[in-house]
Amino acid sequence: MTALGDNELSASLPAVGDGVTRQAHDEKPLLQVSDLKVTIESQVLLEKLSFTVKRGEVFTILGPNGAGKTVLLRALLGVLPHQGSITWKKGTRIGYVPQRLPYIRDIPLTVQDFFALKRDAGPDVDGMLHTVGLGAETAKKLMGDLSSGQFQRVLIAWALAGNPDVLLFDEPTTGVDIGGEETVYALLSKLHQERNLAMLIITHDLAVVHRLSTMVLCLNKQPVCQGHPLSTLTPENLKRLYGTEVKFYEHKHASP
Amino acid sequence: MNALHLSLISAAFIGGAAAYLGSLMLSRRMALVAGPLGHLTLPGIALALLWGFDVSLGAFPFVILGVVLIWLIEMKTKLPMEAVTAVVFASGVAIAFLFLPIAQAEAALVGDISKASVADTVLSVVASLAIITTVKLTHKKLILGNISEDLAASEGINVKRYNLIYLFLIAVIVALGVKMVGGLLTAALVAIPPAAARNVGKNLRQYTLGAMAIGIASSVLGVVLFHATGWPAGPLIVLVSTAIFLVTLPFAR
Repeated sequence: MTALGDNELSASLPAVGDGVTRQAHDEKPLLQVSDLKVTIESQVLLEKLSFTVKRGEVFTILGPNGAGKTVLLRALLGVLPHQGSITWKKGTRIGYVPQRLPYIRDIPLTVQDFFALKRDAGPDVDGMLHTVGLGAETAKKLMGDLSSGQFQRVLIAWALAGNPDVLLFDEPTTGVDIGGEETVYALLSKLHQERNLAMLIITHDLAVVHRLSTMVLCLNKQPVCQGHPLSTLTPENLKRLYGTEVKFYEHKHASP
Repeated sequence: MNALHLSLISAAFIGGAAAYLGSLMLSRRMALVAGPLGHLTLPGIALALLWGFDVSLGAFPFVILGVVLIWLIEMKTKLPMEAVTAVVFASGVAIAFLFLPIAQAEAALVGDISKASVADTVLSVVASLAIITTVKLTHKKLILGNISEDLAASEGINVKRYNLIYLFLIAVIVALGVKMVGGLLTAALVAIPPAAARNVGKNLRQYTLGAMAIGIASSVLGVVLFHATGWPAGPLIVLVSTAIFLVTLPFAR
C-alpha cells in the first residue's frame, strides 16, 4: 500500500505533459492563491487571502461559523466568481469531500451507483471501500441508508477513487460521534502517509490541527493568522479568531 | 395507420422520454417546475389552435421564455420558487384566456391527441428520441450535478453548461407533453412515474428503467382508455399513472 502512493505519483506525471513541468514538479506548488476576494451580492465573504499548498502538505483552515471557510473551498473548486487568482498546477486532480449531500436521498442510489458517477472510477469499488474501513457488502446499500460515519467514509473513498493529488475536506467530523471522529482522523492520517496527498481540511478541532497539519490558516473573512500550527495557534491569535466581535487589530483581552 | 395507432406511438415515446427526464428532475426536487412551464405554454397553444399549426411548435417559444425566466430567477434573485411559480402560473393562464376560443379551451388545458397526423407523430418520436439520447449521454454528469454542484465541479464538470442542457431538455419535453396532456397536466408526466419508480427501485438502474416503463405504460393505457370511453386522453393518462403510484405506495421506503 505504501508503494502504491509512489506509483500513483509517477503514473500521474506523464498526463501533466512536457519535461519542463516534470522538472519543475518539486518546486511548483499544487495550488497558489493570491489576493483572493469573493463578493456575492455586494457582500464581501472573503478577502486579502494568499497562500500556497505543496504536495504532501496538510493545510487546515480554522475559523468561526460564517468565516467563509466553505466559501473558500467552493472558490477553489471554481464554482464561485472571484477576484484575485487561484492557480492549480496543471493536471492536478482534486478529490472533494463535502460536508453533506442533502439531495442524495431523493433517488435510490446505491454506493456502487454513486461510484459509477465518477469520471474514471475503476471497477474496484470493493477495494476503495476497504481502504476506508468498510466491508464489500456496503456497495449494495443505498446511500440514504448509511449511518453518518459510513456515509463520510464512502465520501472519502469516492474522493480517493480518482487518484487525486489533493483532497479538499469540508469539516470531516460533522455528524459523526466522538469515537467515529477519532477514526476518521486516524484514516486521514493513514491516507496522508500512504499516498503523500496534499490535503486542505476545514475543521473546528484544534487537536486535529496540531496532530495532522503542516500549515494552518485562521480565517474570518480575512486571514487572521497563518503559518505552522505550533507557532501560529497562540492564545492571542485564537482569541482574535474566536473572540466576540472579532477585531483583527485587537491585542488586549476581550470579554468572553 | 389510423389515428389510434399514431396516438399510441406518440404517447409511448413522449411518456417514456418525459419519465426518463423526470427521473433526473426528482433528484433535484424540480419536478414541479414543469407545472408553471406547462401553464406558460397556454398562450402558445392558443395561438397554434387559432392558426392551425402544431401545438408543440406553438408552445415551444413560450416554454423557452419560461426556462429563461427560471434561469434568471435562480441566478439573480432569492425569491422562493413557489412565489415565482404562482406568478408564472397565473399570468400564463390569464393571457391564454384573453384570446383563446372557449370552444378550444379543453384541448389547450387537457390536451388532444385524437387528431394526431403522421407529421405530428414523426415530430414527437424524433424529439422524444433526441431527449432520450441526450439524457443517456449526459446522465452521470446530470445526476452528479443534481446531487451536488460542488462535487460535480470537483470532477471537472462544467456545471453551468449542463444546467443549461438540462433546462433545454425540460423545455422540449414540456412542449411535447402539452400536446398529449395539455398545459395543466404536464408536470404529472415528469413527476408521477419517477415518484412511483422511486418507491420500488432498489438502485439507480431499477429506478430509471422503472420510471420509463411506468411512463410508457400509463401513456399507452391512457390512450387506450380514451378510445374505449371517449373521455379526454390527458386526464386518463395522468390518472393511470396516479393509480400505479398508489399501487407502489405500500413499498415506499
